[in-house]
Amino acid sequence: MSIVSPVPPPEVPGAAIEIPFGRGSASPGPLLFLGRAFLTLWSNRKARIGLVILGVDVLIAILAPLIAPHSPTATTFAPYQNPNGTNWFGTTGNGQDVFSQMVYGARISLLVGIAAGAAATIIAVTIGLIAGYRPGVIDEGLSFMTNLALVIPGLPLMFILAAYLQSRSVWTIVLVVAFTSWATGARVIRSQASTLRTREFVTSAVFSGERLLAVVFREILPNMTSLVAGSFFSAATAAVMAEASLEFLGLGDPSTVSWGTILYYAEQQNSLLTGQWVLVFAPGLAIALLAVSFTLINFGVDALSNPRLREKS
Amino acid sequence: MRYVVRKLVLFLVTLWAAITLNFILPRLMPGSPVDAALAKLASSGLPVTNAERQAIEIQLGVPNTSLPQQYWDYWVAIVHLNFGTSYSFPSETVAQTIGKAAPWTLTLVGVTTVVAFVIGTLLGVYAGWRRGKPADTTVTLGATFFAAFPPFWLGLLLLYLFAFKLPWFPLKGGYFPGETPNLSPPFLGDAVYHSIVPAFTLAITSLSGWVFGMRNNMINTLGEDYVTFAEANGLRSRTVALLYAARNALLPNVTAFGLSLGAVVGGSILVEGVFSYPGLGNLLYIAVSNHDFPLMQALFLVISVSMLVAIFVVDLIYVRLDPRVRQG
Repeated sequence: MSIVSPVPPPEVPGAAIEIPFGRGSASPGPLLFLGRAFLTLWSNRKARIGLVILGVDVLIAILAPLIAPHSPTATTFAPYQNPNGTNWFGTTGNGQDVFSQMVYGARISLLVGIAAGAAATIIAVTIGLIAGYRPGVIDEGLSFMTNLALVIPGLPLMFILAAYLQSRSVWTIVLVVAFTSWATGARVIRSQASTLRTREFVTSAVFSGERLLAVVFREILPNMTSLVAGSFFSAATAAVMAEASLEFLGLGDPSTVSWGTILYYAEQQNSLLTGQWVLVFAPGLAIALLAVSFTLINFGVDALSNPRLREKS
Repeated sequence: MRYVVRKLVLFLVTLWAAITLNFILPRLMPGSPVDAALAKLASSGLPVTNAERQAIEIQLGVPNTSLPQQYWDYWVAIVHLNFGTSYSFPSETVAQTIGKAAPWTLTLVGVTTVVAFVIGTLLGVYAGWRRGKPADTTVTLGATFFAAFPPFWLGLLLLYLFAFKLPWFPLKGGYFPGETPNLSPPFLGDAVYHSIVPAFTLAITSLSGWVFGMRNNMINTLGEDYVTFAEANGLRSRTVALLYAARNALLPNVTAFGLSLGAVVGGSILVEGVFSYPGLGNLLYIAVSNHDFPLMQALFLVISVSMLVAIFVVDLIYVRLDPRVRQG
């Protein structure tokens, strides 16, 4: 049975974009919800720094063609140049402009971080919710899987998976990272779901005849938004670092332009020993900053769920 | 005792699952790792003997025997430590290659973990005690930033600074070329000298787990009544922080060992690769770069099993330390 939307038909065509309230006027629309979450995060000092760094990275990624002075792949410059007026970060051994590569590389790192973070979170939420809501054999089985995934060393497993999967693409990396970094989130979500399961509002939803999926996703899930966001940001941090490691090892697609492949070529061409330390320094710092921004945002998210960690401000 | 038995059963099941995962993975993957491995072995110029082919097939899957038979052969091979021949080091067995590298990594990872634990915990106590003050912000932001450094990148930078620009430390390796590993004091001194920069790299990047765990435990402990009581009694604040709060906050932090060990072991692969340190991580680096499947497979097994054992041992120690676990 569907609830008829109380919103009157729009008079102007543009107004149709307005997000309608899905479940009566009591619950805020997703846009309002996101706006509120953003403001709460913004009020936390550490999270604010993280949001600013992330915002700058996103802008660079979107505006890459406008910012980059040259093509990232064109091999038109003299190779092994040190930083100079035309090539701000110098050139690679193939005569590519490193600054332009750095700008375009932001796209891949952000893409991998967000895509792998989202994929890992979807796995974590599904497994965590089912395990937490279904005690007994299902919970035992899923919890065992989660614990196993937690103790098996992630990075070696990633390397081996990537070496076996002989296709070299960004999506392989996303898949491998998602497969190896869901467990922490799943464990946290499971324990929260199992405490929420016995709460009265869940019981009343069950007695009012809501289906299993509706109970789990409409009643329980909204109560752990901060945990879900937390597991997204920590998986995204892991993904950014893992992508860099995989590409540095040569397990990425060598033809894509990313921070990891810049490091890979820098190592192959012994850039440090030829004095081109910028080729190593710049991409690593960019990776570290992106990873830091995700972690800092996560501090804000943590403070939402645990008031004891909240800053007095 | 019941707790120990439960942990033991869990450990054995996890061990079985990890070893089985190692069996399943290459068989699930597209393409045939066996063919790839044999092609690689043939291209190295050495004749492929039947025994080598058989060893590779047992590890990676034979096309024409049944799966249960393959699984049985796999276990037999593992119990006999028969991991086949790697083509990166064709003159010795994989077990020999790994046996030579293991002590290096054990020492490096062991020392790093202890150093990171001590420094990280102290910083965590300090940050938790000074919660909300500038000191806390400095420690947490610093730890966050260092944790975000890709370990291999920090390794490269430190190598550049302290071995290339300032020739204080050796550029690569675990000992000077020409030496044969032995237990004489001069050699051990060289080994320590070579391990300082890699160990420092790993310790810095794995600090944060201990810092944050300890900081959060401290904050929770400081909210307890007995801490307020101690303060109300007029004890000096350092006494309260170290002897009252930190002692109790320390115990739960021991459980962070598993996660931290994972970070160190993961980081050690590329860091050892960067420093050409003669340990397991460097071997895995070589194996992955060369698509040396037998070596890769055996290394993954050795690394997972040793991590499981280490975590199990810490669990047992935890039982000794915390009587509540024994009764519960």
